[in-house]
Amino acid sequence: MSKKITISIMDGPFENARTVTALRLVDIAARRGYDITVFAYEGAAALAFARQMPHANAVHGRDADEEDHPVPREWVASLLATAKANGGSVDWINCGLCVDERGVNEAVEGTRRGTPGDLWKAAEASDGTLVIGSK
Amino acid sequence: MPKKVLQLIDTAYRCTVEEQDDPAVWITHAMKGAGGDLDVLLAGSAVNYAVKGQDATGLRFGERTQSHSPDLDGDIARLVEKGVSVFLVEDDAAERGIEPGDLIGGVKHVSRSGIAKLFGNYDQVWHW
Repeated sequence: MSKKITISIMDGPFENARTVTALRLVDIAARRGYDITVFAYEGAAALAFARQMPHANAVHGRDADEEDHPVPREWVASLLATAKANGGSVDWINCGLCVDERGVNEAVEGTRRGTPGDLWKAAEASDGTLVIGSK
Repeated sequence: MPKKVLQLIDTAYRCTVEEQDDPAVWITHAMKGAGGDLDVLLAGSAVNYAVKGQDATGLRFGERTQSHSPDLDGDIARLVEKGVSVFLVEDDAAERGIEPGDLIGGVKHVSRSGIAKLFGNYDQVWHW
């Protein structure tokens, strides 16, 4: 029987290390074929925003191609694909109200809009739940 | 599988003006409404959420006056009314000069040394 886990993330992209750490945990679970629910709450609702753009960095002396600046939407898409390739899944839920507040309604394919009720249902069905709040 | 979850909140006034509430308290209300079995532990600076008579009104930027300021003690009181047990770490309150008479009714006190035992009453603890 596959493992089911739920992770709630609260921090927005490009702000602190908690987000990358959370996504590392999702990555490990995806590689193991887990069924993962991610509830992207508050600022984290922008992680899957489809219009994130990489940029050049003059301080680094690199153009946009060389810089390969991280955009979390690509990480999210890759996590969804990795889980699928390993027999699992990522149900990435963007908190609907949080998305509306921030105007980040265009999310990468495979993610969806949801509510706190979806978080609770996922937690009830999961073997474990991890909440990573902003501080 | 039904789960009983304790919501541990120890970061206070996190975007409360912008959201008109605390997101961890708000989502507890929302999940309770969705059938969740949840209680709350206020610790650290968040013990201040249980102090009665808070008033965050009056915010104004230029000509834009903000209505409906956050009502943290009211939000906590409404959780209690919904049947959510709200616990408060009394040591954290005492360190901040908060007297028992400063607090809204219905909040249960727990000592710092009693937190581990409290955790044992729940299937999960979510640390916001």
